[in-house]
Amino acid sequence: MAEDMETKIKNYKTAPFDSRFPNQNQTRNCWQNYLVKTRFHHVDQADLELLTSDFHRCQKAMTAKGGDISVCEWYQRVYQSLCPTSWVTDWDEQRAEGTFPGKI
Amino acid sequence: MAHAAQVGLQDATSPIMEELITFHDHALMIIFLICFLVLYALFLTLTTKLTNTNISDAQEMETVWTTLPAIILVLIALPSLRILYMTDEVNDPSLTIKSIGHQWYWTYEYTDYGGLIFNSYMLPPLFLEPGDLRLLDVDNRVVLPIETPIRMMITSQDVLHSWAVPTLGLKTDAIPGRLNQTTFTATRPGVYYGQCSEICGANHSFMPIVLELIPLKIFEMGPVFTL
Repeated sequence: MAEDMETKIKNYKTAPFDSRFPNQNQTRNCWQNYLVKTRFHHVDQADLELLTSDFHRCQKAMTAKGGDISVCEWYQRVYQSLCPTSWVTDWDEQRAEGTFPGKI
Repeated sequence: MAHAAQVGLQDATSPIMEELITFHDHALMIIFLICFLVLYALFLTLTTKLTNTNISDAQEMETVWTTLPAIILVLIALPSLRILYMTDEVNDPSLTIKSIGHQWYWTYEYTDYGGLIFNSYMLPPLFLEPGDLRLLDVDNRVVLPIETPIRMMITSQDVLHSWAVPTLGLKTDAIPGRLNQTTFTATRPGVYYGQCSEICGANHSFMPIVLELIPLKIFEMGPVFTL
């Protein structure tokens, strides 16, 4: 799974067609990818704490969620391709301020 | 670009536009035939010496002039819907470019790999070089590869705008807070022009769009900056 994700990222051209968003309005597509990436990012931060505490738990977390770091990167590539940078900057600022409207 | 006093459509630079031109010719021919028929009937009515003071019912004629228009409408609707669904086909874009409308310029973002972001302002008349097109040329063109499916994401930072390039058959509204997607594949290289197509204030007529389509090999060499 992790290898598939890595090759997928290596061969990344642009955001692929997402059948959940087949129509002209792609606002939700951009939002969803940003949201998911942010959620994964928060999970990765939690894993960092695991790594420093318990080796076995860390191993389990690595194998269970090891692919997630690449998955996290995948969503980042997708929203970088789709979302206007001004939107991303605004959302990053909102997250830093704690006013981000999405559920992370 | 359009030439002076141009009446017809610009030559197509994408397969969809080629279809649209054919459809336009088809629909226009039907319109011309109907107009000619009606004008002829009117002419005959106005120039005849015959009179009939006993016109009552004419069921057969009424049936014909009801079903015939219905058939004509179907003959127009079917190719139209065919092209509409063709524009929505799932294609696998190789490149995503974002186009953001502002008052009164466009920002283009190439962020698939890294980040190339730049503004595109109309060249003011005083800055035109000989050979430049007044009200059409811009300082930074949108450089794109030919024969590649390209996805354009259009939005606006302030008011409504519309990103249009007639030769590619494209016109997509730029709406604040919304991300509109349009896709195209250009069939030949060249420089293609469009103009903002939604009223957006004082300089609505002065924020044109210029695409520079180049061979893929040259596009892949990376951005070439000229001063």
